[in-house]
Amino acid sequence: MFNLLEVVNLKKDIFKIEKKIFKSRLIVGTGKYKSLKQTAEAIKASGADMVTVAVRRVNISNKKKPLLMDYVNPKKITYLPNTAGCFNSDDALRTLRLAREIGGWKMVKLEILGDKKTLYPEMIETLKTTKVLVKEGFKVLVYCTDDPLHAKKLEDMGASAIMPLAAPIGSGLGIHNKLNISLIIKQSKIPVIIDAGIGTASDATIAMELGCDAVLINSAIALAKKPILMARAFKNAVISGRQSYLSGRMKKNNFASASSPLDGIIS
Amino acid sequence: MAKIQLNGRKIILKQKMSILDLLKRYKINEKKVAIELNGQILPKGKYRLIKPKNKDKIEIVQFIGGG
Repeated sequence: MFNLLEVVNLKKDIFKIEKKIFKSRLIVGTGKYKSLKQTAEAIKASGADMVTVAVRRVNISNKKKPLLMDYVNPKKITYLPNTAGCFNSDDALRTLRLAREIGGWKMVKLEILGDKKTLYPEMIETLKTTKVLVKEGFKVLVYCTDDPLHAKKLEDMGASAIMPLAAPIGSGLGIHNKLNISLIIKQSKIPVIIDAGIGTASDATIAMELGCDAVLINSAIALAKKPILMARAFKNAVISGRQSYLSGRMKKNNFASASSPLDGIIS
Repeated sequence: MAKIQLNGRKIILKQKMSILDLLKRYKINEKKVAIELNGQILPKGKYRLIKPKNKDKIEIVQFIGGG
């Protein structure tokens, strides 16, 4: 008989960052969409209940420019302010302190870049800034290299989640170093969220099957030919990957093993 | 009259006005922004009280789409 218990237990599989519970293990970015309407539709289709947002100057020359908040209600969807575009600690701190002032946002994504071409994380500045933010009471989700040593240092400093890159931001190349990601997952007591570089839904499944707690996707959805459909594909991919991880995959064999019994074969 | 810099642009305020008045002038909802005055974050409670002076640098920021 179908073992219901296996499935019912899924309800106990809760995704939490600090004390905040999220329904979805898919976090989506809100950049690169054709319009704010499309952004909102994609978020809905993805099922995500947390989205990343950037902090920028208000356009004072266009008073009628629509706001993200008019399309994506921060009371229903958790905003995760980021420091995209920051190349040093001072700029990142300034950005996140302003983000907190807008409406009390304490959960933030720290992202300090070291190189314009690769947008690779600048870990020395990142470590330094994490320390300051934790001291100021921020809950910091940190974009970082897939180096287990840096990941451990961030955790020890009080980071709320580790966000190693799969591949360069916006590259769509998928996970390039599964071994490192697995090492980080094994050693971490805080959530590990794949951030950056995912190209298509199956990449997200792989990340979840490795045991990641969540994935963050932006370009792969926004730049798909049909972003809303891709958002839905990612929703399913993340659920599949998580369930597959929880199921415990079969062992790999080098030789065949027949699926049909050999007893009673017609001779 | 006060010559100020607002989000990198030079503007002239002919009349004395508070930060809150300035926001109203640009049709900006105070709840959706944060403001920096000369590099320091201005708490929302002070928008009504603070009046920009000559050479003040003001930054008004909001959330936009980002990854």
